Parts: sequence; C-alpha cells; structure tokens
Amino acid sequence: MTNPGNLALENVVVRLGNRVLVSIDTRIAPGEVFTVMGPSGSGKSTLLAYIAGFLDPAFTGSGRVVYAGRDLTLLPPERRKAGLLFQDALLFPHMSVGQNLMFAIPAGGNAKARREVCEAALQEAGLGGFFDRDPATLSGGQKARAALMRILLSEPGILLLDEPFSRLDADLRTHVRSFVFAEARSRQLPVLLVTHDIEDARDANGPVLELG
Amino acid sequence: MLRHAPRLTAFLLVGPVLFGMAATLAPAFDFFPALGSHRLSLDPWRELFAQPALLRSALLSFASGILTALFSLAIVAIFVAGWSHTRAFRLLQHLVSPLLSVPHAAAAFGLAFLFAPAGWLMRLFSPWLTGFGQPPDWLIIHDTLGIAMMAGLVIKEIPFLFLVTLAALPQAKAGEHARIANSLGYGRIAGFVHGVWPLVYRQIRLAVFAVIAYASSVVDVAVILGPTTPAPLAVRLVGWMNDPDLSMRFMASAGAVLQFGVTVAALWLWIIGEKVLALYARTLRHGGHRFANDSLARSISAASVLAMVAIVFTGLFLLAVWSVAGYWSFPDALPRSFTLRVWERQAGSLARPLLITVTTALVSTIAALALTLACLERETRSGKSGGSRALFLIYLPLIVPQASFVFGLQLFFLSLGIDGSFPALVLVHFIFVLPYVFLSLSDPWRAFDTRYLWIASTLGASRSRAFWKIRLPMLLRPVLIAFAVGFAVSIGQYLPTVLIGAGRWPTITTEAVALASGGDRRVIGIYALIQMLLPLAGFALATIVPASIFLRRRDMRAGT
Amino acid sequence: MKSASAILARLMLATGITLSTPALATSQMVVDPANWEQVEADARGQTVYFNAWGGAQNINDYIAWAGAVAKERYGFDVVHVKLDDTANAVAKVVAEKATGKDSNGSIDLVWINGENFASMKRQNLLLAPGWAEKLPNWQFVDFANKPTITTDFTVPVEGLESPWGMAKMVFFHDTARQREMPDSFAQLVEWTKLHPGRFTYPAPPDFIGSSFLKQALSETVADPQVLLRLVVDSEFDAVTAPLFKKLDEMHPNLWRSAKTFPKNKEALRQLLADNEIDIAFAFSPAEASNAIANQELPDTVRSFVFSGGTLGNTHFVAIPYNATAKAAALVFANFLMSPEAQLHKQDPSVWGDPTVLNIDAIPDDMRQAFDKLDLGVATLKPSQLGPTLNEPHASWMTRIEEEWTRRYGVAN
Repeated sequence: MTNPGNLALENVVVRLGNRVLVSIDTRIAPGEVFTVMGPSGSGKSTLLAYIAGFLDPAFTGSGRVVYAGRDLTLLPPERRKAGLLFQDALLFPHMSVGQNLMFAIPAGGNAKARREVCEAALQEAGLGGFFDRDPATLSGGQKARAALMRILLSEPGILLLDEPFSRLDADLRTHVRSFVFAEARSRQLPVLLVTHDIEDARDANGPVLELG
Repeated sequence: MLRHAPRLTAFLLVGPVLFGMAATLAPAFDFFPALGSHRLSLDPWRELFAQPALLRSALLSFASGILTALFSLAIVAIFVAGWSHTRAFRLLQHLVSPLLSVPHAAAAFGLAFLFAPAGWLMRLFSPWLTGFGQPPDWLIIHDTLGIAMMAGLVIKEIPFLFLVTLAALPQAKAGEHARIANSLGYGRIAGFVHGVWPLVYRQIRLAVFAVIAYASSVVDVAVILGPTTPAPLAVRLVGWMNDPDLSMRFMASAGAVLQFGVTVAALWLWIIGEKVLALYARTLRHGGHRFANDSLARSISAASVLAMVAIVFTGLFLLAVWSVAGYWSFPDALPRSFTLRVWERQAGSLARPLLITVTTALVSTIAALALTLACLERETRSGKSGGSRALFLIYLPLIVPQASFVFGLQLFFLSLGIDGSFPALVLVHFIFVLPYVFLSLSDPWRAFDTRYLWIASTLGASRSRAFWKIRLPMLLRPVLIAFAVGFAVSIGQYLPTVLIGAGRWPTITTEAVALASGGDRRVIGIYALIQMLLPLAGFALATIVPASIFLRRRDMRAGT
Repeated sequence: MKSASAILARLMLATGITLSTPALATSQMVVDPANWEQVEADARGQTVYFNAWGGAQNINDYIAWAGAVAKERYGFDVVHVKLDDTANAVAKVVAEKATGKDSNGSIDLVWINGENFASMKRQNLLLAPGWAEKLPNWQFVDFANKPTITTDFTVPVEGLESPWGMAKMVFFHDTARQREMPDSFAQLVEWTKLHPGRFTYPAPPDFIGSSFLKQALSETVADPQVLLRLVVDSEFDAVTAPLFKKLDEMHPNLWRSAKTFPKNKEALRQLLADNEIDIAFAFSPAEASNAIANQELPDTVRSFVFSGGTLGNTHFVAIPYNATAKAAALVFANFLMSPEAQLHKQDPSVWGDPTVLNIDAIPDDMRQAFDKLDLGVATLKPSQLGPTLNEPHASWMTRIEEEWTRRYGVAN
C-alpha cells in the first residue's frame, strides 16, 4: 500500500482505425470505483488494455494516464503497478494456490516471511489452509478471491477490473463483488471497472460512464 | 540476442542450402578449384547423360514424388473429410501420431519383412492356402516400377500430412463450414471438399511440397524397397558421389543439379495440377452435385489408414521377432527357435552408434528448440510474426532435395577442412530438425492465452520472468513434444549423416541402412527396432515428464 | 552460376586450401618399420581408423576382437569404420588429396584388394615405399606357395599392402532339397533352364557378383592368357562375346527373371535360407559352416566347387599416404598377420578365413593349434578345394561391369 494517490485519465482516447471507441477524461480518487458501462464489443476492455500497457497493435490509444504523479504510459507494463482482474480468475494452472500468490509478492524478504504473508492473505480471503491446493480444485468464488489476493499481494497502485464477476452465478457474484470493493477501499486503491452489468455499477457506488 | 534470433535462424536455415547449392552447381559446370579445375564446361553434363537409363532413373524419382504426394494426400483428405468428429477418428488419431516418429528406414524394413515373397504374410498363408512350399518368384520388393518404394513412402507420409492437416483444421473452422455444407444436402466428403478443404490445403501446401521433394529424392527407402535396375536418381547419385574415380565428382554434381531439376519439375507439375483441380472443383460446385452417397470412398480411406497403422505395427513386431530368431525357414510362421545370441553379439558394436545417434540428436534438437523458442518469444514481444515468407524459409531445407545441397555442403565443408567433424554433423542435422521443431511448437505457442502473460506483468514480473516462470512451464508438454519430434527427425536422418559424417560418425540409421545390403534379417531387426524405439522413447518421455511434474495439477493434463 | 562459383572460389581461397598448398613434412614417412621398437613406441596412444567393409557380423566381431587385443597389448585404439563399399574409402582419400589434405587424413588403414588397390597404387595414394615385407611377421607369410600374395589381381603388390586372408570361390546348397548341382559355369546355365528362378548372383560391382562374372569369364574365354594383361578395346568384344552370350541365355531363368539382383553374398545367403534359390556362393570356404553355426542356414547345407577350378585371391590391408596414425596402423597390420590373429581368424566359429601364413614356418604350438581347428561340417578340406583360377587383370572387370550395367543394369 504505497502512497495512495489519484488515477488521472487525461484525454484518453482509444481508436480502431479512425473510429473512436472510448474517450475519457476523468480523475479517480483513492478507494473510488469508476465504472465504464457498455455492451460487448464497445471497446471498453481496450481502455483497460491501454492503461495496463497491452493494447493490441490494431488499436491506437492516446492521452496520459497519471498515477501518483507519474505518466504510466511511459512505463513498461510490469512497472505500472496496475492490478488487472479478468472475468476468468486465470490462476496459473501449473502452480499451487500458494505459489500463485508467492509469484505476486515483490522480490525481497526471506522465504519464511513471504510464506507467512501469503498464508495471511489466504486467511483474509477465507482460503485458510489452501496454500498447497491445485487451483483447478477451487470453486468459482474461491478462484476469484484467490485471484484478487494475488493482485493485492503485488502491491498495486490501481485496480483494473474487466467484468470480473460476469462468470459467477448470482449469489456468489454479490458476495465476491462486495469482497473486492471492500478490499479496494480498505487499501485506498482507485478502481476502474468495465462491465455490462448494471448491478455491478450500482454496487460500485461511484461515477459511471456509459459507452455507445 | 533475442532480437537477432529470427535473423540467425533464417541464416542457419538458408545459408547451408544456398552454400550447398552453390557448391553443387559449380562442379556441375566443371568448375571446382579445390579439385583442380578452373574452367567452365558442359563435360559433366555430357558424361551424366551418357549414363545408361538416366532418363528412367529421373522419371522414377519424378513419379515417386508426384504419386507419393498424391496418394498420401488423397487418403488423408478423404479420411479427414469422411470421418472427422467421429469416435473412430479420435481413436485413429491416437494411433497415427506415434507413427510420425518411426524413421523411414525402419518402416521400410517392416514393410519388406511383411510383403516380400518370403515375407511373413506369405509364411502365414503357406502352404495351407497358397500351396507354396517355396516362396513364389514374384517381384514385389525392388519392383522395377517402384511401387514398393512408393508404398513405403506413402505409409510414412500419411501420418505427417495427417498431423499437419489436424493442426490446420481449427483455423479453417472445419466444423462450422462442414455443418453448413451438410445442411445443404452435400455428403460428408463433398461438403468438406467444397467448404473446408481449400482453406485447409492453403495451410498444408508447403508440407505437401516437402513430401514431393522428399519422395522425389529419397535414398534410404529407395535402397531398401526401390528398383535396382536402374535405381532412382538419388540412389545413383550417392553412388557417383562415393566413386573412387575423381572425375565422377563433377558428374555427380551435375546429377545433383538434375535431381534439383527433377524435384522442381515435380513441384511444377503439382502446381499446375492444383490449378486444374481448382477449376474443376468450381465447375462441380456450380453444378451443385451433392455426392450424398460417399460411403465407399469413406470406407476405402478408413481402410487405408487402418491398414497403414496395422502394417507399421506388424512391421515393428516382425523386426522384434527376427531380432531373436534362430533358424527360420520358409514357410514357418515362427522361427524354429529363439535366441538372444545376435543381441549379445551386437551389444558391443551398438554402443558407439547409439551414443553418437543420441548425442547428435540431443545437441541438434536442443539448439533447434532454443532458437525456436527465441524466435517465438521475439514474435510475442515485437507483435510481429514472419508470416508466409518466414514459413517458406522454414520449409526451404525440406523442399530443396537433400541430395542436391547436402552434397555441395559436403564439398564445401571438405574445402573448409571440417568435413567429418562432429560440429558439421550437428549443424546438418540441425538444418533438418529445426523446421519440424518450429512447425510443431509454433501452433501451441501462439495459441497460448496471453492474458496469463498480462497478469504476470501486472503482478510486476519482467518479460523474461513471465517467459521462464509462466509460459515455458505452462507449455512444457508441447515444448517436450516438439523436442521429441526433433529428436525423431535427427535419428531418422540418413543421407546428411552419411555425406557430412564421412563415415566417422556411424548412427543407428546409417548402420541399419548399411546392413540393409547385408541381408541378415536378424541384425537388421535389431537396428531397425532400436531405430524405432529411440524416438518412441522420446515421445514417451515427453508424455511422462510433464504428467509426473504436474501430477497434482488437473488443468495441466493432456487435452486441456 | 558465375557468382555462385565465384563465391565458392573465394571461400576456398579464404580458407587457404588450394591445390598449390605444398604437401610437407608430416605426410612424409617418419615411421620406419625397420626400427620396429620405435614404431611400437610411436603407436601408443594413437587411434587407428580402420576402414573395412562392415556388412558381415562375424567379420565385424573379429575386427572388434583384434582391436581389443591391440588396445591391451600395444596401447592404441582401433575404430572400425564400417563401409558398405570399399570404394567409398578410396573416394575419401582421393578427395583429401585433391583438397591438399596430405596429412592427418581420416583413414589410417583400409581393407582392400583388386581394383581398389590398383586404383590407389596408380594414384599414389598409398603409404610408400613398400612396408609390408619389413613387418616382423612377414617371416611367416606363405608368399612362396601363394602367388596371389605378391600379385594382387595381376598388379604387383610391392609391399604396399600386407596380406590378411585368402579367398576362394565356393558354392553351397541345401542337400535336403536333393537337387543335382552343376560342375561348371556351362552346366550352371543349363541347370537354370531346368530350375528357372532358383539361381541368381549379386549385381556387380559387388565383390562377389563381380567374382562370379570373373569365374564365368575365365571359363568361357578362348585364351585365358589375354585376361592377364590390360584390356585392349579392339579385342574386348571378341573376348567377352561368349560370356555375354551365356549370360543372355541364363538371365531369363534367373530369380525374379533378372529384373533385380541381390546386393551381396549376405543377401544371397538369405535367399538360400528363405528357399528362394538353391545355390549360393561366397569367396570364403568357411562361409556355409559359419552360417550354419549362426543358425542362418540349416545344417543340411554343404559346399562344392567346380572340378575345373574356381577363382582365388588374397585380401590385404593398406595404409593411405596421408594416414594420421601410421605407426599404430603398421603395428595393427603386423598383428593382423601374426599366427595368433590368423589362427583366430581361421576358426570357423569366428570367421573361418584361410590363413596367409605358411603353417610349417610358424612356431610349433601355433602349428598344432592350426591342425586342431575343426573347420566345420560344410567346409571343404584344402585338398578338396580344387584348382585355383587366376584373377583377370583389374581392367577387364571395369569394362565388364560397365558392359553388364549397360546390358542388364536397366530393366525393360
């Protein structure tokens, strides 16, 4: 939880050819969830890709993404500190749940301490004792929570959510959603959520931008 | 380093082919300073064309190229068309895949042991059915038209084309297109041919060219099964290349250029055939014939594939039986006695070739795998793939006949003083291993869900950490399969090993083919068996290693 | 084309390898067999690349045995480079000479005789001056009674190769099949008419195939004396006309109607084992006994020769002029003609190759060991081997092989 700061999107525009897909100019405060709503294919995910640094060469993006006084677009993806959560948990299938989390912890510290941090994070996510489990054996909700903890352990500055709840069934969705938002707020992370689900937007309780 | 990987790879593939061709071409026109000739003349060509039955040899090679490709492709196409998405298809798919690893020479021996007049089939049915107390005097193996040779080649090329086609099917959206055509009343095969095949064929075209090139210039299979009076061009070429008479080197060069011409001509005819067929297919399409009843074609194709699998596996079995056979007279179906004597006697002389075979295969395959991974990783990072031009470069060593450029390469290495050296041998193996490793790995590598890499990056992992910790281990299975493919290809190399190794580096394959002339089936059985088992061991490892590493990782199991 | 050769030429110049590169120092004979102690000392630690035909397992095993003894006794390694045709080794030395590799050649010792020897001798590719007669074991060699030891296919040996073994053409058949066997080439031709498809011979230039043609030539030629000298174009057709007339007569009745031929004597033996043919032949009297011992042929197989005589010769080992391990090659050549090695070689359970030595000249214990050898059920005794026909001058075979290929090497 390094110095909490604002995430500023300054005249960020993502285009496909000459067509403007997303145009946004806003500021997201620490702990705030900014929602971008739009049907699939509206290009909302490309906005996240632009911010995180994975924009497909087919698209062009422009504008500054400033976090804590630094322009992220000038940095390589691994130094942007932008945590990214997809609709699939995408836990690395060749690692145990614990190894997935360990992978995220920044280098440094001894192995024992790192492991303890991991166990604590699992405990916090209601996954106590899951360190050696095969990710494939987790339920959907457990996977989602493990994926979130993995991101949080990497000490991100901002959180980017790409329809992370859409694959979960209704009950679970509400539960996981509040878990994610609560964690984000408690760590004072600016959050950018893209979704097509009005429920997500309502629960986020923050500004909403609707795309065509 | 990574940045230069594609260029380095291209150089290592194209360089030897070009140098080899150049070094073949010059002596063909009597110019070869190292052999004391500084002038240009057509004498080597005059000498070449004075060889008896040269035209017939060339025609044999030409026909072998075209017909082998035609039959293999037709069987594969009709089989895939008629049977894909059925249970039988999935079953055969598992049976055919290991066949790819069986070296050509071993498969050819198996075929000979089975179908010769004194072969096992005849033994099984004699004398009670055939009435033969002694083998009939039938010209089956080494027949003058090369039918046995082509059959041996088809058996080996079917698995190759089959697997290449399988890889191309998803990209051609085979399932969807076929369903649409079927719903319009087309038979399975017709629907496939009109709806899917053109897309699939576009992707496997270079592989088909490689088959034509290989079949038109093959040496080992031709020695074992091919005509002898006269032999196909490539076999005679190797004879001339090794002739004690120095002037034969010039003629051999001219012959190697002719071989190149024969292969090019075969490719050219094939391309014309492609155009004609495309026109014909359009006419058919416009005619709207639906060929709804295609059960006969389907049955024949399935029978051919089944027969091919059966032949190779029976051949393998026969090699094993012969290797432990005591005296085994005709028409006994089994030897009178079994003995391990030949194995015991061979144990000593097997060690060195075995060591050389495995070392060469390991070194060349590791190098090829490393470069392939470097190229693919470079592709990921730059976001650019080499496209069809890169694919052509990768196929180049497979499309230029081996005999044409490896002979030049030998002369070239000879003048550098590195002929017969181990690095030279590894290099020439590498040239033939790399394309297969690349082709085998590039699809699964590109199909990797890159979101895993994004996640790794957002978690703060550098690109190389993401490569080593995420992509490589997650793709361990296809990487090891590619390794096994490369290993198998290296083990099967005959001509490059003989020409570049200069006799100093006997491998299981060169020893097996040398023994083919010896005729002792028991010794052949041992060598061909080992030749078959080595690559199979590679594939077994490629399956077992990831399975045991990821024993407790369900999503890392095969098929996911 | 021009640029390609230019590139090649430049590359060759760049590597400093041209024909004009002088052949110096190391290639000259620094080993002197007269100073044998020095030779043995030099040999220690060397590796002999012995290029020898590798198509027969018993021979490969024998070479492995000899290599192991040499390693233990003289401290050098012997690597058997298995050839499927000795011409390949000759080609190799030719290529090395052409590219100026006058030392550190890749072949140290080669199993050779006849045409290949003639070719290497003619092109000065052999270690010279003659060394074989200076080897310590030469004293036991039976050159007095075995003229083929000093004249290899009409070419004087002059010590450029050392004798390794004797060969004589013998035929064999399975007595269980109860067929009359021919007693001459002419009878054989008639025999094939009675038994079509039951005889064949390896295609020349295979050694045994060519030998069969020589046997036939020797039996059909009007004046055997012409075969001892260089072939003359003008007389070739006339001299060989009877031979090709007989072959033309015989070929339609051969195995597979002569559309294909076995590659060598091993393939021929396999055909006999498979009951595809009735007569096989080899250049070694012990061939049939060996095959029976190895369970390659039934124990009812017996040998026979033509009463009018069959071809015989000697095979040798030679050292290329640019050999790397000359000293070890000399020591190995000497060992190969030692009574011990020759005895082991004549043992039919090992190889069964007749010795080049004069049994009366060797030490007593060795002579007794030779006498005790059981030559095997199917091996004819020396007294039963019949007269030896001279090998024709090598040039005849070159021409006959060409003519054979032209006539029969291309099926119709």
